[in-house]
Amino acid sequence: MSEKKNQAKMVQEISGANPYKCMKCGKCSATCPSYDEMDIKPHQFVSYVQRGDIEALAQSKSLWKCLSCFACVERCPRDVEPGRIIDAARQIVVRQRGGNYLKAEEIPPLVDEDLPQQLLVSAYRRYKR
Amino acid sequence: MQRIGVFVCHCGSNIAATVDVKKVVEMARMEPGVVFADDYQYMCSEAGQAKIGAAIKEHNLTGIVVCSCSPRMHETTFRSCAKRYGLNPYMVEIANIREHCSWIHKDMQEATEKAVILARAAIAKVNLNAPLQAGESRVTKRALVIGGGIAGIQTALDIADAGYEVDIVEKTPSIGGRMSQLDKTFPTLDCSACILTPKMVDAAGHEKIKIYTYSEVEKVSGFVGDFTVDIRKKARSVDATKCTGCGVCQEKCPSKKTPSEFNRGLGNRSAIYTPFAQAIPNVPVIDREACIKFKTGKCGVCEKVCQAGAIDYAQQDEIITEKYGAIVVATGFDTIKLDKYDEYAYNQSKDVITSLELERVMNAAGPTKGHLERLSDGKAPKEIVFIQCVGSRCADARGKGYCSKICCMYTAKHAMLIRDKYPDVNVTVFYIDVRTPGKNFDEFYRRAVEEYGVNYIKGQVGKVAPQPDGSLLVQAADLLDNRQIKMKADMVVLATAIEPDPSVRGIATMLTASIDTNNFLTEAHPKLRPVESPTAGVFLSGVCQGPKDIPETVAQAGAAAVKVIGLLAKDKLTTNPCTAKPDELLCNGCGNCAKVCPYGAITYEVRQINDHGIREERRLATVNNALCQGCGACTVTCPSGAMDLQGFSNRQLIAEVDAICR
Ligand SMILES: Cc1cc2nc3c(=O)[nH]c(=O)nc-3n(C[C@H](O)[C@H](O)[C@H](O)COP(=O)(O)OP(=O)(O)OC[C@H]3O[C@@H](n4cnc5c(N)ncnc54)[C@H](O)[C@@H]3O)c2cc1C
Ligand code: SF4
Ligand code: SF4
Ligand code: SF4
Ligand code: SF4
Repeated sequence: MSEKKNQAKMVQEISGANPYKCMKCGKCSATCPSYDEMDIKPHQFVSYVQRGDIEALAQSKSLWKCLSCFACVERCPRDVEPGRIIDAARQIVVRQRGGNYLKAEEIPPLVDEDLPQQLLVSAYRRYKR
Repeated sequence: MQRIGVFVCHCGSNIAATVDVKKVVEMARMEPGVVFADDYQYMCSEAGQAKIGAAIKEHNLTGIVVCSCSPRMHETTFRSCAKRYGLNPYMVEIANIREHCSWIHKDMQEATEKAVILARAAIAKVNLNAPLQAGESRVTKRALVIGGGIAGIQTALDIADAGYEVDIVEKTPSIGGRMSQLDKTFPTLDCSACILTPKMVDAAGHEKIKIYTYSEVEKVSGFVGDFTVDIRKKARSVDATKCTGCGVCQEKCPSKKTPSEFNRGLGNRSAIYTPFAQAIPNVPVIDREACIKFKTGKCGVCEKVCQAGAIDYAQQDEIITEKYGAIVVATGFDTIKLDKYDEYAYNQSKDVITSLELERVMNAAGPTKGHLERLSDGKAPKEIVFIQCVGSRCADARGKGYCSKICCMYTAKHAMLIRDKYPDVNVTVFYIDVRTPGKNFDEFYRRAVEEYGVNYIKGQVGKVAPQPDGSLLVQAADLLDNRQIKMKADMVVLATAIEPDPSVRGIATMLTASIDTNNFLTEAHPKLRPVESPTAGVFLSGVCQGPKDIPETVAQAGAAAVKVIGLLAKDKLTTNPCTAKPDELLCNGCGNCAKVCPYGAITYEVRQINDHGIREERRLATVNNALCQGCGACTVTCPSGAMDLQGFSNRQLIAEVDAICR
């Protein structure tokens, strides 16, 4: 199997999402709170996996702009769960870099007043695996 | 000993490309009982059938095996062929070497081996076949239509015009169905009531049609040609023979706070009510749950004001038992509940409404007298957003997997009507796909865009958030321009998915008619028998079978009527002789078989029998051949092996299995 296909398969395995169920309704992109800051939009994550272009996803700004709020996962009418897909792409990148996970006890000192709650919650969700 | 002929069909290349038909012929010739075997390109063709006929005559065949397609396809063809050439039709067996073999295998050797085995099994069975005679049953020349929407009305009219009696059973106080709630109808924009009311009047006035409104089917027994049905006529509390329909009672009734079902809860009605002005019959009913007289014993205003003396608080439900030859299901649909779609704020804001509610709002007889206004504050909206596919085309647990089919068209209709009457109102439609196949349908949608300036945006809405200023913030995607839209709207209309009327489950159970996972009634064949249920004598009309608009509903209603007429025109029906038959020497009267029979075909009677010289009275299972559908549930239940299915006896089935395992 080519490296491209392999990576796409890995994304599907990690996320448990099936990109072929997507009907391109765009409800994920309509829902996404970080939409404006993303270069690749949530409904496009799915197409990138379909095409096997995980490299582009890995290079994208979106990878780090997604809050893992999972609003898209909640609302996608086709159970495609694009939020899980971008999460999985991020996992692959993080794994390649050699896990730089925060430990739970390292977090409290980093928290300051201005940090949005959402970020904390999503950070935990992102790194709990 | 049987003299069996085996006929192997090529089905063009459908079979012959994967199965070595010559080899099958050769192997069949070696089977016990086989005196003749041959192959041919198309056995079902006239030439093929002539070949079978010639062989029957020439070789004095007593049974035949046709190795071809599924018996569903051509069993009847080959049975009637056999009959034409003097052979009992039940001496014919089909070995399905197409669907069960050539179509699903790739390897020729394997497929051929399997075809030989299938032929062998069929030959083993025919060796034990006995000629069977089809019986006869009578036909009651009257039809029942369940549901009085446009589908039920049209079916009833067509059957009645052919000269047969029809009864319509409608659960609400009036016939008319959803169409009576619509304002104008696509694709011609004529007023719904204007085209529906004449049909309702025709049905009510037709000498062959009897209408039971405020009534429900309670029990069904019997079978095709001879159903017996109990209809519960709910107490109206108004004597229909006396009521003149003056309407004074509704005006004076002091209990006026019950949400009107007809107006989808957007307005209230009195306790004594007719759902709408053109209701048929124009006789009110008392909603006993809302009526003060029934709740507290006081009031009685309607009785006092009724000049005709029609009010009858003591009226009781009535059970009417009637016989029918055919039953048509036309129970229609409702829109789904939106409780699970919090993101669209339907439960939070009065200004988020369903399309069916919008029909009522736009209707002159509706809660706003046809004036387009926000239901929260009565203000005229300036910005209206339509959201398509709400709850349709969903793979998740919240919605329906299918496309509701009618909403793309009715939204284009709504958008156009609004732009036409209120040109300063902006209308935006968020769609996933615009689906408008149908005569003049796409042109209709294009008119909305090109002539009426309706703003169509490809992309679903993510959420609708009510704002403190009373407006609604709509957040959506525009996939073609790759942008996220945040816009304020005064009203949001949801093209809500439709689903079969929930009561259809109970109806289907009573009729032993099958329904699919979405509760739509299943057709006998999705392409070739679309208006028949697999249960004989039960027919399908309208949206209960699948989403459709009025033109399609009316076409299907007519088709169902034709099928009913074809049935009622017969004086007698031939019955399937492959029914269950108990061996009275083996039956011990345990009663298990009657419990499993889904058609209620088995009873027990005490009879004198002669058991090897001993005469005694025994309780024995008896099968009503007219009721038995040959499902075989009893034969596998019987602990003493007394019950057998004619044409599918235990011996025959075991012989087939033995032949396969040989
Ligand atoms: C918002 C909206 C707009 C529409 N606009 C258009 C349009 O412009 N043009 C168009 O062509 N189509 C339109 N349609 C579609 C149209 O409404 C349907 O095609 C049509 O109503 C189907 O008719 P029916 O008789 O099959 O079902 P229904 O109209 O639902 O009638 C079924 C009847 O059966 C009764 N019933 C149900 N269960 C039982 C039971 N167990 N016992 C006895 N009676 C029972 C019901 O009370 C009802 O009277 C629209 C639909 C909607 C939702
Ligand atoms: S919401 Fe789901 S189906 Fe719709 S575009 Fe996004 S991933 Fe595809
Ligand atoms: S007042 Fe009497 S006659 Fe008039 S509608 Fe009511 S029940 Fe019928
Ligand atoms: S008809 Fe149109 S709006 Fe309705 S479910 Fe199908 S695609 Fe969606
Ligand atoms: S199950 Fe068998 S033994 Fe029992 S009553 Fe039926 S036929 Fe007789």
